[in-house]
Amino acid sequence: MLNRRMLIAAAGVALSCLAAIPAAAQETIKIGLILPMTGPFASTGRQVSAGVKTFMAMKGDTVAGKKIELVIRDDAGTADQTRRIAQELVVNDGAKVLAGFGLTPLAMAVAPVATQAKIPSVVMAAGTASITKASEYITRTSGTLPQYSLPVGTWAAANKIRKVVTLVSDYGPGIDAEKWFTKEFKAKGGEIVEAVRVPLANPDFAPFLQRVRDAKPDAVFVFLPSGAGSLFMKQFADRGLADAGIKLIATGDVTDDDILNSMGKPAIGTITGHFYATAHDSPENKAYVAAFKKANSDMRPNFMSVGGYDGMALIYAALEKTKGDVTGPAFMAAVKGLSWTSPRGPVSIDPETRDIIQNIYMREVKDVNGELQNVEFQTFKDLKDPEKAEAK
Amino acid sequence: MLTILFDGIAYGMLLFILACGLTVTLGLMNFINLAHGAFAMAGGYVTVVMMNRYGISFYWCLPAAFIVSALIGLLLERTLYQWLYQAPHLDQVLFSIGIVFMAIAATDYFMGGQQQLINLPPELSGRMDVFGVGVGRYRLFTIIVCAALALALQLILSKTRFGSRLRAAVDDRRVAMGLGINVPLVFALTFAFGSGLAGLGGAMGAEILGLDPNFPLKFMIYFLIVVSVGGTSTVSGPFLAALLLGIADVAGKYYVPAIGPFVIYALMIVMLIVRPNGLFSRGGR
Repeated sequence: MLNRRMLIAAAGVALSCLAAIPAAAQETIKIGLILPMTGPFASTGRQVSAGVKTFMAMKGDTVAGKKIELVIRDDAGTADQTRRIAQELVVNDGAKVLAGFGLTPLAMAVAPVATQAKIPSVVMAAGTASITKASEYITRTSGTLPQYSLPVGTWAAANKIRKVVTLVSDYGPGIDAEKWFTKEFKAKGGEIVEAVRVPLANPDFAPFLQRVRDAKPDAVFVFLPSGAGSLFMKQFADRGLADAGIKLIATGDVTDDDILNSMGKPAIGTITGHFYATAHDSPENKAYVAAFKKANSDMRPNFMSVGGYDGMALIYAALEKTKGDVTGPAFMAAVKGLSWTSPRGPVSIDPETRDIIQNIYMREVKDVNGELQNVEFQTFKDLKDPEKAEAK
Repeated sequence: MLTILFDGIAYGMLLFILACGLTVTLGLMNFINLAHGAFAMAGGYVTVVMMNRYGISFYWCLPAAFIVSALIGLLLERTLYQWLYQAPHLDQVLFSIGIVFMAIAATDYFMGGQQQLINLPPELSGRMDVFGVGVGRYRLFTIIVCAALALALQLILSKTRFGSRLRAAVDDRRVAMGLGINVPLVFALTFAFGSGLAGLGGAMGAEILGLDPNFPLKFMIYFLIVVSVGGTSTVSGPFLAALLLGIADVAGKYYVPAIGPFVIYALMIVMLIVRPNGLFSRGGR
């Protein structure tokens, strides 16, 4: 009996020694990056991780005397895996910051982990407004659907568009987009003729497009995740909606820079509102695009990549401010109110909601030197997420 | 109204071409091949690579997609599938779903996970008015090609010597072999042909259905619905089933968008209750 007890005691001592080692070697800070690297949303993961790596290639891997170590894990776009991986990263790997999160449900799944373990979590892609309300340790560097749907409504109402049909994917972000576009457009005197919701896994847009055509609106407002968006674009042109005088206005997800160039002629003239375009004209963006293309065999950076890039920028800036302190409350206090110049333009973190404040640009797809680009023509400055602003 | 009908027919035809290969393997060879969509995807990617990287005309891509998918089918049949003809159905399902996941991962690795787009030749894009009905040119092209294929397939299976050998080999493998029919060869050719059709379907569908590495999983359900509603013992059964589903899906989404996606499933359940062995069955097995 005595032997067994001693064994347990010895094991306990050994364990506590093991636990003490990482505490002593606190020179590296692990960042757990959870992204869909495989599965239907793999392109999101690819772009975000490329953005993150571009940041580290440009700015180095040390900040405030600490070495930053990235641990990239794949959740294949399923929420239960995201949550399990988040727990593993925090408990087993000792990650001090979590980041990534390609889709709304994935970010939501991590919220309880972030709250309980007081781990700062940086949302780099998911766009539903309510995510930052799920935990006070969540902040965001992408953007919210209401934030960039509302200006599209403002623009449409100011540009002689009176009757609109909305067409969105039937899930969180789509409903956000529909709600805020509609609200703004109606408030400015526009009329919504019909609101169509398309199932997320939808192979053929023919019936929905025919519905839009038969409703004879001035324009159709669209939110679809980027892959489906490009298919939609082609069928839109094929059905002759443009010839029938129906304008296509959308959120920037539809004209995703990653695949915009392969959409071809049908895309030209599409008006979208979003927070980032590869063609954005600023020295910061030129440097970013050049570094990104060099590191990723000429792939074009899109808005997701810039979410990843700025996520890292936010983490670095917060660590500078806390002098390397990554404990949850100190880190989050530093995050609030941070501002910096991103490739997309000036951005800051709203101290109240921990969500990003940024410019939203209206863009038109044009052929620029043989490549299709989202060319910005109007800027809505320093927009907050309207959903949380209204809730106050 | 007629436009909706037309779109539905085009969609149904496309489903038929994608699924008819599965009818052949499932119905005639009695092999449950869930990896059927992987061959369709192969055909789609052949088209994308040929058109976007090498600028080859879309019309040449279609036969190429057929041939490449058929060759892949032949290779896999000889090396892997043939060992499982006698295996229980569960083994076949596990094996072929494994192939699906490998195909998805491999495609993602080599081609990337993004949606692939092709640009059709100008004479196939846009739409025209036929007696006041708006008709998409590409959809018309799809209908013509698919209808011709369906007819040819039916003729091959019912009127040619190869067709009767195949049916004999399926009905009783041992007797067929005893009569001097080279059963493995017949099966290999049939499998290759079915895969080739899937490849052609994938190539033609890239424009309407889209193409990304998850194609085989996304459309597996549609294939299975077509085959299960249509029955697996004829070609005309799945053909009508595909048309019916295509029209019901498009019309359902047009007229009742709120429940549109459920229409085809409701239809499937009703059909399976009324005719559990398929639209035209020779009776239960």
